[in-house]
Amino acid sequence: MDEAAAATIDSAIAASKHRPGPLLPILHSIQDALGYIPAEAVPVIGQALNLTRAQVHGVVSFYPHFRRSPPGRHVVQICQAESCQAMGSTALTAHARKALGVDLHGTTADGAITLEPVYCLGNCACSPAVMVDGNDLRGHVDNAAFDAIVDACRSTR
Amino acid sequence: MTTTIYIPRDASAISRGADQVAHAIADEAARRNADVKIVRNGSYGMFWLEPLVEVVCAAGRIAYGPVTPKDVKGLFDAGFLTGATHRLHQGIAARIPYLEKQERLTFERVGVIDPLSIDDYRAHGGGRGLARALEIGPAATTEEVVKSGLRGRGGAAFPTGIKWRTAAATVAPQKFIVCNADEGDSGTFSDRMLMEGDPLTLIEGMAIAGVAVGATQGYIYVRSEYPHAEATLNAAIEVARAAGYVGTHLLGTNAVFELEVRRGAGAYICGEETSLLESLEGKRGVVRAKPPLPAIAGLFGKPTIINNVISLASVPIILDRGAQYYSDYGMGQSKGTLAFQLAGNVKHPGLVEKAFGLTLREILYDFGGGSASGRPIRAVQVGGPLGAYIPASQFDLPLDYEAFIAKGAMVGHGGIVVFDDTVDMAQMARYALEFCAVESCGKCTPCRIGSVRGVEIMDGILAGKSDRDERVTLLRSLCDTMLNGSLCALGGMTPYPVLSALEHFPQDFEKPQTQAA
Repeated sequence: MDEAAAATIDSAIAASKHRPGPLLPILHSIQDALGYIPAEAVPVIGQALNLTRAQVHGVVSFYPHFRRSPPGRHVVQICQAESCQAMGSTALTAHARKALGVDLHGTTADGAITLEPVYCLGNCACSPAVMVDGNDLRGHVDNAAFDAIVDACRSTR
Repeated sequence: MTTTIYIPRDASAISRGADQVAHAIADEAARRNADVKIVRNGSYGMFWLEPLVEVVCAAGRIAYGPVTPKDVKGLFDAGFLTGATHRLHQGIAARIPYLEKQERLTFERVGVIDPLSIDDYRAHGGGRGLARALEIGPAATTEEVVKSGLRGRGGAAFPTGIKWRTAAATVAPQKFIVCNADEGDSGTFSDRMLMEGDPLTLIEGMAIAGVAVGATQGYIYVRSEYPHAEATLNAAIEVARAAGYVGTHLLGTNAVFELEVRRGAGAYICGEETSLLESLEGKRGVVRAKPPLPAIAGLFGKPTIINNVISLASVPIILDRGAQYYSDYGMGQSKGTLAFQLAGNVKHPGLVEKAFGLTLREILYDFGGGSASGRPIRAVQVGGPLGAYIPASQFDLPLDYEAFIAKGAMVGHGGIVVFDDTVDMAQMARYALEFCAVESCGKCTPCRIGSVRGVEIMDGILAGKSDRDERVTLLRSLCDTMLNGSLCALGGMTPYPVLSALEHFPQDFEKPQTQAA
């Protein structure tokens, strides 16, 4: 872990340490900045919050949102829940796996895209839904729209 | 003269290009020297028309939709700034039958106002509920909510006022109001729409709850999949603080209510109230055994009101117009309105707020317009991933908590997901069990192990193994164990979709038996 990452972790802890129930806000702050929770952060957080490493690790590993390794440059999530299934998300997911050459949770060989499942984006009235990089929501995504998302991801850092 | 144009900021509208449409309209207006003011409102919830752009004209708010950036030049050419007719012209938004036929109480301002404008909020009746609560005092406020008959809109339908009474009666130096905005059920988006379209109502409802039970700190636990809602809430809290709905002197009195947004982390189980409290405390979202009830020992062991977004957002109108006004809507023990959400394979998906008692058929066909694919509707799942699958033969069932329970189903949070006749209900049964296996918190065995065994049983049935009958018997027995032995609704209700699929669509479980057991 480089110095910048260590500083990010320290400042995330300092910003939330005194709030009630600080652990999730600290983890969010670290992942928002670094894209994942480095293993080295676990004992540092434990020390600061008077928790064991096991307790911190237990929380990190419980929540699907928290990653323990760096994702690709972009994260593309395809909703797998019922409403999107009713509008073809199973076929869309199959297309995505084939087009990217990865399984769910996998990252493409060029490091551009991590493909993830997600269980409901609240965009059920525009199913099937896809989320890009955690804040760019898309609706009525067909194979062509998915390919356009992939092209855009590959052409940007 | 400045022309006001409304373009939604709702996440679903954005997912269909509302931001690009807003940019295109601003650019085109600048190019033509047209004097326009763009307001980003919430969505009315007619999603097949999103992005729905409204222009304020002499005749009213004239709607055009669904608008794409490519349509913008043509709209200006046609004269949409004066409400001229166009291919996308929908007339006055409020007169569109889908919206006009609704009974909007909780959602009365959603789509109408700028969600972050306190002036808009007040001009449309906002703030009066909190003022009345401060005037009549805690006990009368709680009794007003009891009398309204409001029941928990998150799904469990527990009487909200009774929860408040319990917390109010518990003596403690610190109490909390927690808003459950972990809206994880597929086919539901009413919490999200409310938080993005009229967040001040939710904040006002929480402040009223604080006044009623003597709680000075609130938390909104919003799921990480809702970044737009989270951002809007954070901005709205600052607006509310400046207006005296949050802070140390509520509306100039000595009442105190602080409020903070906390982000979830992708765990469906955190929609279960005790698991949510664990998560807020910074722990794994593992379900707690009850008792103690959260109203007696909840967040950090203190008395805590934990209510769903829609429950809390329904409180201001109850205080403002009185319990009787609210309870005059609805039927039987299901008082008031529910914001139904119509999704999946349906022509006109969206939000339909109506008094309890309308039938599924009315919602699916009168509002929904049938399936999106044009094929027959075969099944609908009501109440999220733990809700039963309902066949077409039961579409005349009234949407009422008790009527659904009598049929082994649940209204839940009001999500309705539509499937056409291409659906394989055995696959959906397997999915329900797989979802439970993925999302189980792991505390109780029926849920943690039962869901995994259930997927294995279903895999054999789907693969056409020759011991199908034994597998079906085992599946029923497993569902019985999960129903009766699980600690919370995840394990306890996963059998609903499984058993309803089996009961109403048995032919889907009869795959050609091509493999040895």
